[in-house]
Amino acid sequence: MNPAANTVTSDLQSPITAGIAAYDVEKVRRDFPILHQKVHGHPLVYFDNAATSQKPRSVIDAISRYYERGNANIHRGVHYLSEHATSEHEAARRTVQAFVNAADKRQIIFVRSATEGINLVAQTYGRAHIGAGDEVLITAMEHHSNIVPWQILCDEKRATLRVLPVNERGELRLEELPRLLSDRTKIVAVTHVSNALGTVNPVRQIVEMAHAHGVPVIVDGAQAAPHVKIDVQELDVDFYVFSGHKMYGPTGIGVLYGKQALLEAMPPYQGGGDMIRSVTFEKTLYNDLPYKFEAGTPDIAGAIGLGAAVHYIEHLGIDNIAAHEHDLLLYGTEALTSIPGVRIIGTAGQKAAVISFTVEGIHPHDIGTILDREGIAVRTGHHCAQPVMQFFHVPATARASLGLYNTRQEIDRLVEGIEKVKEVFA
Amino acid sequence: MSDLRELYQDVILEHSKAPRNYRELQKANHKAEGYNPLCGDHFTIYLDLEGDKIQDVTFQGSGCAISKASASMMTQSVKGKSKEEAEKMFARFHELVTGHESGDREALGKLAVFAGVSEFPVRVKCATLAWHTLQAALEGKQDKITTE
Repeated sequence: MNPAANTVTSDLQSPITAGIAAYDVEKVRRDFPILHQKVHGHPLVYFDNAATSQKPRSVIDAISRYYERGNANIHRGVHYLSEHATSEHEAARRTVQAFVNAADKRQIIFVRSATEGINLVAQTYGRAHIGAGDEVLITAMEHHSNIVPWQILCDEKRATLRVLPVNERGELRLEELPRLLSDRTKIVAVTHVSNALGTVNPVRQIVEMAHAHGVPVIVDGAQAAPHVKIDVQELDVDFYVFSGHKMYGPTGIGVLYGKQALLEAMPPYQGGGDMIRSVTFEKTLYNDLPYKFEAGTPDIAGAIGLGAAVHYIEHLGIDNIAAHEHDLLLYGTEALTSIPGVRIIGTAGQKAAVISFTVEGIHPHDIGTILDREGIAVRTGHHCAQPVMQFFHVPATARASLGLYNTRQEIDRLVEGIEKVKEVFA
Repeated sequence: MSDLRELYQDVILEHSKAPRNYRELQKANHKAEGYNPLCGDHFTIYLDLEGDKIQDVTFQGSGCAISKASASMMTQSVKGKSKEEAEKMFARFHELVTGHESGDREALGKLAVFAGVSEFPVRVKCATLAWHTLQAALEGKQDKITTE
């Protein structure tokens, strides 16, 4: 058993109790139609929120309403529906702007996913600023989506990918950062919250250190958006990306925030309609922000659904959600740690509600199958973070990632499920 | 619980805990690697092929209980068989674990314990990884085989 696992509860910050009393999780659960079903004869326990979260009724309704009453293409019609769809789409942009506290709505670019946001920055800012011998600095806990786009760029430009290591608790080794930042470093790419470990990274501190070297920072906020308050101005990040579907919104929509001066100077990503001001065969003038980066008809319903998801989160209060999830994290960590043979991977002091674990002698895939038969949905595998698995010398883990509708009773079900796993393999 | 017991039969659990022929084969003249990128299962199959006959077969690697037991029992089943017999056995095994059994189960012998896999479609790849890898080794392919 990992010695670190025994000490984890005392390392975690004490729960913020304010707000918990007011947080009625049973009432919250009623907002999510999908939760009220049985899987293999058992009430569903959905613990795969880091892969994708479920959608509240208000999000589902916003999307249906758009298709039933408001569907039209945006930015091009003079007719009523087109005007209405355009205004709804732009309202969603303002909602997202306020959600991350961006200074201007033109800094909010709608993309397909967090992945597309990172690729956009790599292929525009990256290609314009990174050359032979330059370096891109990422971290050892990145999701493949914040590794591969930079590898592609580095291969093309003959630049070097550098990696900030993690420690055995799954925290970034910040003391290594000064050594890794140099004149050759052209961008730092770091995740706000690790999907495989739950670690919440000190983004503000990393940004300060990078900026001291004049290096911009892109933050992957896919796992952070549903759990922590994001303030892009306070963090002083240069780019920030996240996706809708992990924060109770639909799939197919994501957000790229960028500092205005950087976005203005960047070449476009994809060419097409909407991103142009005028086109002749001799010369095309590009549109202003954010449209310069939004070629083609966007996922209008997705943006509206994302807006509804933000409203839902704000209605509950992100601090209340964080407090509720932190309570679950403490409860779940203690419960799982007390099961002999269970090892928790990722024991950082600052954690979101992600519990990655292994059971001695039992492969995570088998754990996943047996839990599934108990109605419990967990993710098993490498979580698109193979380097993290390699660091911890495990082929894979089982991961319970918790969301705003999960309960202590569901964690009890997980504990019983793990006991069943051990029983099958006894 | 009953379909879980069907899947995790005692024989399967026993083979996963104490896999047979689990070693590198010094005399191997054929070898292939199999990988399931979804769950990280990874096996190497070593073959001593004399003409058409599988003189010896061993494996190494890591994976879930199903994939490991399948690899272990496969090595026992195909040892001494001809290439053609092994191919035929894989075809039958594949039908068994995908629930498309046509022939008689008897011919599979002990491998029939994998019938429970058909109730767990996502686990079919676990059960067949070693077999796909064996096939690659028999065909002399050197590239890494993946289930994707």
